[in-house]
Amino acid sequence: MVEKTIDLRSVRKIVSEYSNVHDSNLIAILQQTQDEYGYLPKQALKEVSRLMDVPLTRIFGIVTFYSQFTFIPRGRHAIKICTGTACHVKGVNDVKQKVKEQLNVVEGETTADYQFTLETVACLGTCFLAPVMMVDDRYFGKLTVDTVTDIVDRYSGDNT
Amino acid sequence: MLKSLKSYNDLVSMRKSHDKKSKRDTVKVSVCMTGCRALGAEEVYDEFKKQIKKQKLQDKVEVIKTGCQGLCARAPVMTIDPPGVFYGRVTVDIVPDIISNTVLKGEVINKLCYAEAGKKIPYLKDIPFYSKQKKIVLRNCGVIDPNNIEQYIARKGYEAFAKALFDLEPEYIINEITNSGLRGRGGAGFPTGLKWEFCRKAKGDIKYVICNADEGDPGAFMDRAVLEGDPHAVIEGMLIAARAIGSEKGFVYVRAEYPIAVDHLKNAISQARELNLLGNNILGSGFNFDLEIKMGAGAFVCGEETALIASIEGKRGMPRPRPPFPANSGLWDKPTNINNVETLANIPVILSNGSEWYKQLGTKNGTGTKIFALAGKVKNTGLVEVPMGTTLREIIFDIGGGIPGRREFKAAQMGGPSGGCVPAEHLDLPIDYETVKEVGAIMGSGGLIVMDSDTSMVDISRYFMEFVQDESCGKCVPCRVGTKKMLDILTRITEGNGCRSDIEDLKEMADVTKNASLCGLGQTAPNPVLSTIRYFMNEYEVLIKAGG
Repeated sequence: MVEKTIDLRSVRKIVSEYSNVHDSNLIAILQQTQDEYGYLPKQALKEVSRLMDVPLTRIFGIVTFYSQFTFIPRGRHAIKICTGTACHVKGVNDVKQKVKEQLNVVEGETTADYQFTLETVACLGTCFLAPVMMVDDRYFGKLTVDTVTDIVDRYSGDNT
Repeated sequence: MLKSLKSYNDLVSMRKSHDKKSKRDTVKVSVCMTGCRALGAEEVYDEFKKQIKKQKLQDKVEVIKTGCQGLCARAPVMTIDPPGVFYGRVTVDIVPDIISNTVLKGEVINKLCYAEAGKKIPYLKDIPFYSKQKKIVLRNCGVIDPNNIEQYIARKGYEAFAKALFDLEPEYIINEITNSGLRGRGGAGFPTGLKWEFCRKAKGDIKYVICNADEGDPGAFMDRAVLEGDPHAVIEGMLIAARAIGSEKGFVYVRAEYPIAVDHLKNAISQARELNLLGNNILGSGFNFDLEIKMGAGAFVCGEETALIASIEGKRGMPRPRPPFPANSGLWDKPTNINNVETLANIPVILSNGSEWYKQLGTKNGTGTKIFALAGKVKNTGLVEVPMGTTLREIIFDIGGGIPGRREFKAAQMGGPSGGCVPAEHLDLPIDYETVKEVGAIMGSGGLIVMDSDTSMVDISRYFMEFVQDESCGKCVPCRVGTKKMLDILTRITEGNGCRSDIEDLKEMADVTKNASLCGLGQTAPNPVLSTIRYFMNEYEVLIKAGG
């Protein structure tokens, strides 16, 4: 797949904001780069490698190790379904299955219209709301297969 | 802009001037604005603000955004003091009623009150969920506004640190912590004072203090609540550790999945800097210390200390063999002290009240209190702090209110993926590090998930195995392959394709994984399987038989 050309000015700005271009800032720089582009474009990683004088293999090692990073463009809204113990015990699997059917994707995938990316998280730390999910920065708790459908619907037509 | 504090006296005067200000006869309306946000707390808070302004009650009523108040099952929750009532499931449209009845007249609105056995209990002090707890670490959580350093200082915040800085020698501080019997609250339970002493004695000019806030156990949210509700207690604990060890630089390694905690911590650090409680020449003492936040990127294994260090260094978060221990060779090979959030939040209290006072709480092997995140099939899900030695029955039935519906208690899962399931026969066991271990679980970080007769224990065992298999970093073979093979067997059993030899195979692989893995993740990964085989063998047998 040929990657579309991206504007490298953003990643250059991110790296330049670290006066001390130390290896230890690499993860933070990659996190910000992903926030900026919505994913980690290969060209941006090559630029990070060049600017920081860190081998590209090391950067790939990090990106593939941490589950937060992705090489694939994300959708407009991130749905994070919690699969923690409390959510598991309280039936999150049915909720998850419903969302998968509704959006026609599996975990880690983005819908064809780039509206949603579906992810699962080990634990959101809001077990008292189980089963719970986040859409972007908002929590939705005590989910059922009915309420989850409504919540996803609400975000479907939303272009912000 | 806050005015910088130049001495110990400045800090004390700041507290006293705040005392004077707050002696006005105001009614305090405290709204939980952390976990409760998920169920509309922000809207409730905004409505209070709007109404108070509209009715020109600013001088009579103070509305505070607090951290977790504990009884999350009733979210969104709030307290109004006086008269000291606790309300749950508060909605925007009832706010005007609360103001006209409770705030202005002290009258109780029955439908918002907590109820037990059909009886309404309006006042917080009478609710068993609260009255049976002992809040030491959570002393400020749900009481103060975590984004306002003045409120922390008003409750004698940073005074334990100032005492450590001006009046106490490092050796004395370490002795106090050792004598208090405080053990690491992150799971392993290593004596904190000893850890500090190793690091203090290690050779090197540069030393680091790290707060491990990578709370990754599914089902645990104590550290999140402490960071969100009382971040200064953690910073103060780190400052005291730095003073004792001789460190000028600290890091807080926090999960990216906790945006509110990160936000509150950032704010707390910048306010502490403004007041000269962090930075150079702190309170005019000549002591320097500053903090940096490092965000995790989604790897459970980074809760292991050597993996966490690798991650801060900007590498793949993979553990390495110990020794050398971080106390001698940690971050960038320098002596490093790592403590968990809850451990650090204990430190200021121990120094303020003395180790003898602290030792009176809890048991011989486990002094002090422990916070549990109570979740699953229990009525009062939420955050609970009790003295060590409290029984599971007291936590689940007296404080937790028992099991909802007409189902029966089956087991409590303690310690997450490294722990085990404790069955009903051990409900009266006083909980401390050793007793929990004896029954096949671990204290762990404090996640406590209640399971009822509807929960399949084989499914739970498979669930945890899937988690650790996914989170295994892959560096050592026993963990990488062992967890995968055990998961294959457990999946086969849950799908009804198990065979007779499966149990023996599981036990054998569990044994190898436990004994041959490099770090805590692999060494404890088989615990959920072993504990469910120990107590719920019949459930495995039924599934295997059904599969034929």
